[in-house]
Amino acid sequence: MAEPPAPLLPRDRTAHPVALDPDYKTSVARSPSQPLLSMESTASEETGPRFGHGVIDPLDNDLILNWTGGAAPALGERILVHGRVLDETGRAVPETLIEIWQANAGGRYRHVKDTYFAPLDPNFGGCGRTLTDAEGRYRFLTVRPGAYPWPNRGNDWRPMHIHFSVFGHAFGQRLITQMYFEGDPLIARCPIVATIKDRGQIDRLVAPLDMAMARPMDHLAYRFDIVLRGRRQSWFENRPEGM
Amino acid sequence: MAEPTTGLRETAAQTAGPYVHIGCLPAAAGLGDVYDRPLGAAPMSEGAAGTRIVVTGSIYDGTGWALRDAMLESWQADAAGLYPGQPGADPAVGGFCRFAADAETGLFRLATIKPGRVPMRGGGTQAPHIALWIVARGINIGLATRIYFDDEDNADDPLLARIEQRPRAETLIAQRTGEGTYAFDVRLQGPGETVFLDL
Ligand SMILES: [Fe+2]
Repeated sequence: MAEPPAPLLPRDRTAHPVALDPDYKTSVARSPSQPLLSMESTASEETGPRFGHGVIDPLDNDLILNWTGGAAPALGERILVHGRVLDETGRAVPETLIEIWQANAGGRYRHVKDTYFAPLDPNFGGCGRTLTDAEGRYRFLTVRPGAYPWPNRGNDWRPMHIHFSVFGHAFGQRLITQMYFEGDPLIARCPIVATIKDRGQIDRLVAPLDMAMARPMDHLAYRFDIVLRGRRQSWFENRPEGM
Repeated sequence: MAEPTTGLRETAAQTAGPYVHIGCLPAAAGLGDVYDRPLGAAPMSEGAAGTRIVVTGSIYDGTGWALRDAMLESWQADAAGLYPGQPGADPAVGGFCRFAADAETGLFRLATIKPGRVPMRGGGTQAPHIALWIVARGINIGLATRIYFDDEDNADDPLLARIEQRPRAETLIAQRTGEGTYAFDVRLQGPGETVFLDL
């Protein structure tokens, strides 16, 4: 019997949104009212699905071209979104699956339930996926999504955002979040952003413009780093050399 | 107290929103076969050892309304209690499955095999269970829970034993409804609220 991997670090719930926030109306009836049951992680949380390069097609991380199979590019401001996936102990998370989904440049999703009258782009699907490399790096080519209105309070608009789903290597690391764009005035007005009560944690969801990775006459770039839960380490592993 | 780390904090979660299917279950969003190989279509393939089971249920909000837009993910051991990747695990068991609440009825359905008892660090075992993760519009961070089975011996399970209000443990136990079929409903809030986990 193989020794299961080390326990996950307990989740710091103050890093996350509150479950119930009256300004995000849908959360009112969908938030548990009882406390979560806390316990040290077991093999069920410490293991998780792994996805190999075999499942990923070359265009899967190019949302500008993947909907048409490369035949025609999507409309909108062309951007590279890139970054690293690390865990709380600062280690890279290699070969982990990242999935993204987003509205098109006009703020419309290609989804049976989206009825916003901004038009669909025939050349844009809005989903992509990739695996991080050995250093935890990832990249997507896409168009900057538009802001869109949504039914909540009288006149609420979502800031421009890209939805991110990340697996890590353990089911207990599973994370879904959203990336925002530096300088968007709608961030400060968004009740979904405001479910996060720690200002610093919000700021980390706002990707800065990254001109070093922008490609002249082609695309701008934004950088978004992601941190997943870490594992408890033995004191010996952490001990600096020579101590 | 946790050992010293580099001080990085976990990235904050945000709701998966109503359009989560686009990214995770494109066919359910109406995108068709956008990927040649969708992920998590089934937790096992043909030759998997173990008893075939089907778990069905709904996810109810605090008003008793079944969510139509939730996405669920399950993760489980094989029939011997080994997780994929562990030495000796059944190669026909992927362990991971992704499914949506039906857009019209809210019903979800998981067809899988019954997992075995899973060993604990330091001895003992956990009763057979499937880890479940639920995301949806209005859920700000994914909710973790577990599916246990009423026809298994759950007496010594360390997680169930930690639930102080004994009747609440029942919220994690699927009820057998027939040959290989189980019912498992999730209640997000209020009377009969499901026990959600922080492991
Ligand atoms: Fe969105």
